[in-house]
Amino acid sequence: MKTSSTPDHGHTDGFLAHLMRDQLKLSIACALFFVTALVALPLLNYFQPQFMAQRVAGFTLSWLILGVLFFPFVWVISYIFIKRSIALEDAEAAAAKDGLKK
Amino acid sequence: MNTLMNPLLATITNVDPWIAICSLATVVITVGMGFWSAGKSKSAGDFFVAGRSVSVGWNASAISGEYLSAASFMGVAGMVMATGYDALWYPVCYACGYLFLLLFIAGPLRRFGAYTIPDFAEGRYDSPLFRKIAVCFVLFIGFFYTMPQMKGAGTTLAYIFPGLPYWVGVAVVGAVITLNVSLGGMKGITLVQAFQYWLKVFAITLPVFILASIVGHYQQHLDANKTAFETVAANSAQVERKALPAKAPKDEQWIAPFGKLTTKAVDASIAAAPTPEAKATLEASKKPYSLLYTYSLIIALVCGTAGLPHILVRFYTNPDGVAAKRTTMWVMILIGVFYVFPPVYGVIGRSLTPELYDAVGAKGTDKVVLELPTLLAGKDHPLLGSILSGITCAGAFAAFMSTFSGLLVSMTSALAHDVYGRILKPNSTPEQRLSAFKWAAVIIGAVSIGLGMQVEALEINFMVGQAFAIAAASYFPLLFMSVWWRGMTMKGAATGMLGGGLTALAAITLTSISDVANAAAKKLPAADVAAYWVDHPIAKSIANFWVAHPLARILCEQPAIWAVPLSITLMIVVSKATARSIPADVRMKMLVLHAPEALGLKQEYIKEHEGLGH
Repeated sequence: MKTSSTPDHGHTDGFLAHLMRDQLKLSIACALFFVTALVALPLLNYFQPQFMAQRVAGFTLSWLILGVLFFPFVWVISYIFIKRSIALEDAEAAAAKDGLKK
Repeated sequence: MNTLMNPLLATITNVDPWIAICSLATVVITVGMGFWSAGKSKSAGDFFVAGRSVSVGWNASAISGEYLSAASFMGVAGMVMATGYDALWYPVCYACGYLFLLLFIAGPLRRFGAYTIPDFAEGRYDSPLFRKIAVCFVLFIGFFYTMPQMKGAGTTLAYIFPGLPYWVGVAVVGAVITLNVSLGGMKGITLVQAFQYWLKVFAITLPVFILASIVGHYQQHLDANKTAFETVAANSAQVERKALPAKAPKDEQWIAPFGKLTTKAVDASIAAAPTPEAKATLEASKKPYSLLYTYSLIIALVCGTAGLPHILVRFYTNPDGVAAKRTTMWVMILIGVFYVFPPVYGVIGRSLTPELYDAVGAKGTDKVVLELPTLLAGKDHPLLGSILSGITCAGAFAAFMSTFSGLLVSMTSALAHDVYGRILKPNSTPEQRLSAFKWAAVIIGAVSIGLGMQVEALEINFMVGQAFAIAAASYFPLLFMSVWWRGMTMKGAATGMLGGGLTALAAITLTSISDVANAAAKKLPAADVAAYWVDHPIAKSIANFWVAHPLARILCEQPAIWAVPLSITLMIVVSKATARSIPADVRMKMLVLHAPEALGLKQEYIKEHEGLGH
């Protein structure tokens, strides 16, 4: 039942900490864009109702942002994350293999 | 005998043939694909994780097909029509919540290589006890999510066969899906769900494009609703708009944020306020409370998406962590494209089918997606109206069938794999576990049908939102903290998950009791459970408490804003207090979760050829 039977492969605590820190940094950076938008839109609706109620091509600005534009915004974040995350993993794997050879 | 047959015959002769053909075709194709796939599902791995061999394209389509439920197909449109702008948070967060899953959970979870979330819970903390706790939550969340799917089934069948009792639809659809799942397991439903995603996209887009070209476009109908800053609607003359009944929200409330959905608790208190001063005080707190409601709803939907067991389990079917991430991105694109359209039905429905505001339950705004295409019959397009109605009914069928299939697999896996195979009979053979899967599917299916019959009184989308809130306060903190914090202990994880999840569940139950009683009081043809609560002193005292304390009502109806931080705080505090019990091999576990696959550390927690894992 335990995972401890798996061989250790010689990776150190330092390697793990570095690995997790780099991955978390990337995830949090991407999450910040998303969370900022999620927090900001209700605040704009609250404090600037007239501005958010202006018409843009028949929609109110607030409706256009939430009902239409939010989706592509999130797709862009996820695309950037995937590209960077795969590049990061490749670099980590190469560095770890180099380190083990040495 | 005749007394039974005559109403049945009358019901059948009233059915639009196109609607019947399209709906029947969806059911036949679903069952046929299930049978065909059943022949290819041989091993336990095929049943539980589709042999871990599902490609990104298939898996993204299957996850999207599973995720787009009755709430997405019918409930979102109904809720946008009923409450306006605020309901847009549902489709947006349903889709965008996947970003949290992608950023923090999808890759590591797949690398861990479990079959189910309880597998992960046990494997991460080496604790069989924690598996039992996690199983309970899989079932809790699953049943909460199943009830709205069952309501979708009952509503759609009652629509197709006018006069057919609600419970018959629930029973028929529940039985068909149970048969499908027990035959083919996860591998069987992957193909079915992928097909159903594309059917749903077709069914939601084609009718709305044709409808909009005849009755006016999305933005024209939206433009016909004036904002609080306009004296007259800019576009009121360009599209047809029927008079709104008294029960419909006014334009300026409907089109603007902080409307009926987020203010109903305060509105009820204002209506009951004894003095003008009390009314004025409540009026002043209305908007801040609405903002609070909005944020709590956002947290529930975003974190809840990343904590739904029936969705998470699908990530185990990817070959590796990179495929899991790519799958998540494609899911966001596929479901994002879909979610642009249900609000269009809600907006056009407000103009053209306002009579739905006056109906409740299965006949209310939840059926606007099914109802709108029939309007074409009155505009000299009777055949087109019938065909498009048939297509939307087929989409609705696909919606609740695919989601219920996924839920059934997830809950059945919990019962057959976690309870039977791991707890009750750890030495069972693969054949016995397969047989257990099939029996567990029948048991869970029967319970789901029973529960579905009791919820006609509740809104589809509202019930789904509650399932998300419970998932957000239990599984999301568990997964997030377990993946990223090596200091977590089993006691910390279990306390946080139970503390957050159970308090959220209790809070939601309190609001549901008063809502069900309220619906029953309106003479809705609901089942016995609603009638039971209508005059119950507990329901009355809860309702009175909500009127006196609207903030408490908001925090109980949308508990995520306090339940998620509570869960995480409990996890940190208890883990710190029990730091000695951090698993000894935590470094290796974290390496398995985070190291790139190229390093060869990934492991399959459950190894099929070993039967029992390792």
